[in-house]
Amino acid sequence: MARAFTPKVVTANDLLEGDVVYQTEDDRWSRDLSEAELITDEAHAQVRLLDAARQASKIVGAYLADAVAGDNGPEPAHFREDFRRTGPSNYAHGKQETSPQPRA
Amino acid sequence: MYRYSEFDTAFLAERNAQFRAQVERRIDGSLTEDEFKPLRLMNGLYLQLHAYMLRVAIPYGTLSSAQMRQLALLAEKWDKGYGHFTTRQNIQYNWPKLNDVPDMLDALAEVGMHAIQTSGNTIRNVTADHFAGAAADEVADPRPYAELLRQWSTDHPEFQFMPRKFKIAITGSENDRAVIKAHDIGLQLIERDGVLGARVIVGGGLGRTPMIGKELSEFVAFDDLLAYLEATVSVWNQIGRRDNKYKARIKITVHENGIDTIRAKVNERFLQVRPQFKGADMNLLEEIKGHFAPPAFREGSVASFESAYTNDPVFRSWVDTNIAPHKNADHAIVTISIKKHGQTPGDATAEQMRVMADLAEEFAYDELRISHEQNVILPHVHKSDLPAIHAKLKEYELATANIGLISDIIACPGMDYCALATARSIPVAQEIATRFEDMKLEHDIGHLKIKISGCINACGHHHVGHIGILGLDRAGVENYQITLGGDATETAAIGDRTGPGFAYDEIVPAVERIVDTYLEQRESAEETFLEAYRRVGMAPFKAALYPEAQANAA
Ligand code: HEM
Ligand code: SF4
Repeated sequence: MARAFTPKVVTANDLLEGDVVYQTEDDRWSRDLSEAELITDEAHAQVRLLDAARQASKIVGAYLADAVAGDNGPEPAHFREDFRRTGPSNYAHGKQETSPQPRA
Repeated sequence: MYRYSEFDTAFLAERNAQFRAQVERRIDGSLTEDEFKPLRLMNGLYLQLHAYMLRVAIPYGTLSSAQMRQLALLAEKWDKGYGHFTTRQNIQYNWPKLNDVPDMLDALAEVGMHAIQTSGNTIRNVTADHFAGAAADEVADPRPYAELLRQWSTDHPEFQFMPRKFKIAITGSENDRAVIKAHDIGLQLIERDGVLGARVIVGGGLGRTPMIGKELSEFVAFDDLLAYLEATVSVWNQIGRRDNKYKARIKITVHENGIDTIRAKVNERFLQVRPQFKGADMNLLEEIKGHFAPPAFREGSVASFESAYTNDPVFRSWVDTNIAPHKNADHAIVTISIKKHGQTPGDATAEQMRVMADLAEEFAYDELRISHEQNVILPHVHKSDLPAIHAKLKEYELATANIGLISDIIACPGMDYCALATARSIPVAQEIATRFEDMKLEHDIGHLKIKISGCINACGHHHVGHIGILGLDRAGVENYQITLGGDATETAAIGDRTGPGFAYDEIVPAVERIVDTYLEQRESAEETFLEAYRRVGMAPFKAALYPEAQANAA
């Protein structure tokens, strides 16, 4: 039996700012994880990652990150992604300065 | 203070212009990230979790006030108003934007600084004792040799594509403050029969496979030192493993071949390379030494210092912890703690950098140092100026009297910034410092070094902490392993693991239990944590950390 596919989002860093970004269904790069496209199919995930890789003039280091469906869009499955969507814990820098990402 | 020659200035300008063009080509799409990445790394530009990070070298940790002010300017203009001083005597900026980096590099070049060779498989920034040129216990100032090594290794054709990065540390004292036994090569300057030379240690390193360096030669006279080091690096370049990046460090080469075999090969190679060194390096060394000439130490009464010491307990406590003996008896070495309880170890704001620069200019012969323990040092201060310095530091939250104490923690950036991290380290450091400050126990506990890394790469030197903490990812949650008994000095040792790790909310209580055990076990207040650990061993600490295991065994 095939193993169940863990849902994914495509994430990267913005080329100029370095800020964490997520690929949306309508092919934008959002700073907000809740706007990301939650991918539930493995083949589709590979296609979307290739889409991202073609946008080298906008982003850097695209990869697939595990995520889970939440009430307000995708949520991180791992604490590393939770930090990426929030910012560092020693200062309210990064996304904490601009968007209201709650720390779990 | 070392000044760049014309050649260096031209070289830097050219490198910066090249990088500016490379950044432009990356942004307009003519360079892919795969092409650009090695270029940016060569210029000290990393991509971390939330942003880019620019790592700027501070060779042998020495800065002038103008350079410190420029670091403040970078922090303010292109970052978020602060910088992070690291254990490799670098400063890291955590928030630069890609198209600002060329301007940042140009601003650094204005004061003779750069970010070259802070990355990649090259010979990295040579680190030196942060008390160099000032310490009462030193044979000679190691920085001219550090600078000679820098010039020899920078853009050396043979050393651009080595099996792995290569780190050299140098000290002029028997008391090792430069952790020479945890570097690929460690040098201790010594004098023998009136001849200056160095003891050469090889194959130390931390990371995945921690090792204490071994003695390659007990004495190499200066005339032969560069040739000898070239021979050493070249032997490793030849026989070092390139098949596996974790096995590529010279520590593995030494471990696998044995120190005696390495020594024989180095000696053989040394005879071949020696004729190429015709003394030009010694002439260069003489010239470099001129740039490091000690300042003309001023004379004057130290009575004002003595009366402040007697009358002001806060000043006295600061002097007792943060001041070290200077080779000139009327002078002192000041360590400025940038580890106020609860702050991020190693971070300084632009304002604090300027204050320290001003103090250096006014009172300290215009010189500052960065220590590998992530503090800032005024190496030469006349004792009568200490009260004024202390007063100014107090105004800017820079007067914490905690050097060498439990809150003087080394912590790497960990999962708050670093893309390689498996757990956080900064908040663990912040909480330990705050906890012991609340209990007012720190001065009673005495000399105790805690070092924290956020992954196996060991940037926080955890293996050589008296208490070492390593953050790991265990099944998707942060978990912290503890080692005890590590030592970063001339009696270097790798710490021993206590046993299973602790969850994020258990790690600070675990450290408390360790410290309580020490306080119970010590024979007197004079017996330090490390001495007590060496005497009583692991057992009482284990019993305190894992009471359940103890109960089950009973
Ligand atoms: C945040 C970006 C950083 C990255 C990506 C990074 C990466 C690494 C890696 C991969 C190693 C292991 C090299 C090896 O074993 O061959 C290493 C070693 C080291 N790093 Fe970092 N590091 C970073 C920040 C720092 C900081 C902030 C410090 C100082 C606090 C530091 C100090 C060191 C030291 C001292 C070592 C040598 C440990 C040894 O002897 O093996 N690094 N770093
Ligand atoms: S030890 Fe690991 S987590 Fe810490 S800075 Fe080094 S690479 Fe990053």
